[in-house]
Amino acid sequence: MSARLRSMLAHAAVPLLFSALCVFGAFVAHLSPEYLLREMLSRFGRNAVLVMSLLIPILAGLGLNFGIVIGAMAGQIAAIIVTVFGIGGPAGFALAWLLAIPIALLFGTGTGWLFNRAKGREMVTGLIAGFFANGLYQLVFLFAVGSLIPLKAPTLLLPQGYGLRNTVDLVGLQYAMDDLIPWKITLEGSLVRVPLVTFGIVGLFCAFNLFFQRTRLGQQLRAMGQDPHVAATAGIPVERNRILATALSTLFAAWGQLLFLQNIGTLNTYSSHEQVGMFSIAALLVSGATVSRATVGQALIGTILFHTLFVVSPLAGKALAGDAQIGEYFRVFVAYAVITVALVLHAWQKKRAG
Amino acid sequence: MSVTAPEPAAAPRGGIATAIREGVKEMGFPRLAIAAFVVILFGIAFATKMNVSSLVSDSLLRVGRNGLLVLALLPAIQGGVGLNFGLPLGILCGLVGCVVSLNFGVPGWGGLGLACGIGALIAWPVGVGYGWLLNRTRGQEMMVGTYLGFAAVSGMSIFWLLAPLRNPALVWAIGGRGLRTTLTLTGSFDHVLDGLGAFTIAGVKVPTGTLVLFIAACALVGLFFRTRAGITISAARSNPRFAKAAGISDEHTRTQATVFSTVLAAIGIVIFAQSYGFVQLYTAPLLMAFPAVACLLIGGGTLSRATLAHVLIGTFLFQTILTVALPVTSQVIQGDFSETARLIIQNGMILYALTRKVDR
Repeated sequence: MSARLRSMLAHAAVPLLFSALCVFGAFVAHLSPEYLLREMLSRFGRNAVLVMSLLIPILAGLGLNFGIVIGAMAGQIAAIIVTVFGIGGPAGFALAWLLAIPIALLFGTGTGWLFNRAKGREMVTGLIAGFFANGLYQLVFLFAVGSLIPLKAPTLLLPQGYGLRNTVDLVGLQYAMDDLIPWKITLEGSLVRVPLVTFGIVGLFCAFNLFFQRTRLGQQLRAMGQDPHVAATAGIPVERNRILATALSTLFAAWGQLLFLQNIGTLNTYSSHEQVGMFSIAALLVSGATVSRATVGQALIGTILFHTLFVVSPLAGKALAGDAQIGEYFRVFVAYAVITVALVLHAWQKKRAG
Repeated sequence: MSVTAPEPAAAPRGGIATAIREGVKEMGFPRLAIAAFVVILFGIAFATKMNVSSLVSDSLLRVGRNGLLVLALLPAIQGGVGLNFGLPLGILCGLVGCVVSLNFGVPGWGGLGLACGIGALIAWPVGVGYGWLLNRTRGQEMMVGTYLGFAAVSGMSIFWLLAPLRNPALVWAIGGRGLRTTLTLTGSFDHVLDGLGAFTIAGVKVPTGTLVLFIAACALVGLFFRTRAGITISAARSNPRFAKAAGISDEHTRTQATVFSTVLAAIGIVIFAQSYGFVQLYTAPLLMAFPAVACLLIGGGTLSRATLAHVLIGTFLFQTILTVALPVTSQVIQGDFSETARLIIQNGMILYALTRKVDR
């Protein structure tokens, strides 16, 4: 009994600690609940799907998929294509959503193939694969577009005539989903957008993840996550399923990035995707999820907690030390430290068990 | 005790085609591609009548500058810890050494020695702690090292902001607190090693001191792994059970290897700063481990095996590419192609090493 209570407390310790940090920060920076709610309404919708894209690989025992950066790139490629063709609004968003499918599945299959060649070090492979893919992405969009790949859109190209501009205005896509059912509420005297449709999509992803665990594939992935050797002897196609899990995760990340971009409205061509992996993973982990176990609820709670801290810490840093920079370094430190601690605990327990 | 070495490749049979295939296999395709890339870059440089001797001078400068950071990876691999992506831990210790030395305003050689000494002194206990952690997280050393390094760099960023230093040369002019992003070494130990015995031959400037130090450090590390302590470390790596039977704990030797690596990284960054002329704080050390790792892998190292030759060849090849790519490619295409090339080559090489089925 006491052991069970202790394990429950141990699971809740991490999210409790972060809640306390958020409350403390909000208190010293004199932030009102309305302000936080306003920030959360947009931040939650744009980040939740990205965080949820991490769940399936964890179920399959692949660990934290640092390769979702590659999925984010796939989403951006789709967003760039519809912007080039000037298709905006919900139709443009739907087209981007569809275009992202083949691109992300292709990238995801490639990543899964790499993971199969690097069993036991999938996480570091995913991290480096993300860096590598970033190089290829730069090669294509900074040098090939406009020179090798014909593109007649002077507003999108750099002055030299080739290479995409550093920021691409996604005017057509902005709020394509958030405003599909427009609803605004008044908070502290200003109108605040409530992205109902985006929340609906997040809900669908939650439902899918819950449903997925009950499907045949979901059960197979769970068996693989618990013991790949037993799963293989039971006739589960482990290597194929690992690729499937990675491809699905990559696809969800691509869709998640599209939701993110339609809320932000501008694409930082060469940097929007870079931090996706780190922030999504840190968000998942602050909820108390681990490298080998994470639930849909944890993904949602983690998104809210981490992004609250994200909003609060620069302001708290400014209030406490008179310097917002400290808070900015602090939140990056928290993200890295949370990931480090999760990795250490995971490896430590694994060593003890094996 | 004898450690069985892998059999040397059998003499090629059946004509030149097989010989070439064997040769490619022995060298590894990526290595050949990279060597070919270097040759092509120099070819373009000659064809477009660029100042090749200045390109060579810059390459030599960068080899010396980065050499020790690459060498710092060697003990970790010898000790069985794998690629030490936690290099920033050692680098941060070296940076603290630099800041302290600058704060006291010790000029020239004394400043350099003080920075190295303090860096190494702090790196020692840091390496012990890091090694202890790596022993408890076996199998995930690379990931733990990477993120521990990231966390340490961002944690130290807060420290640089809050550091209780008031030296006007180091802190921001406005506000009077918080260390600057880059500290200049002019008047301190700027280029003291680079300039030592430097000479110019055929238009090529040779930073003798730094290069000699790099090669001497390589020789010392090589010698160390021939001493009793060094052989113990390698033996525990190649056969932990056998070592245990001989009374060697591989936990102990792994920690020693990690300490060695961390201390070398601390000294490495001081030498880097000396040659660069600036000390870079805050996020600058964040990604420093990756190019160093790429150097070692390009030279022929793997996750579990590396030699001094790999360190030397890899540093020369990769640093030459990094130096030459920007000026040469800018003759042909606009925009900074070298950064993209660096990303692809560096991470492609690490990815190749991580996904090799046969880890020699």
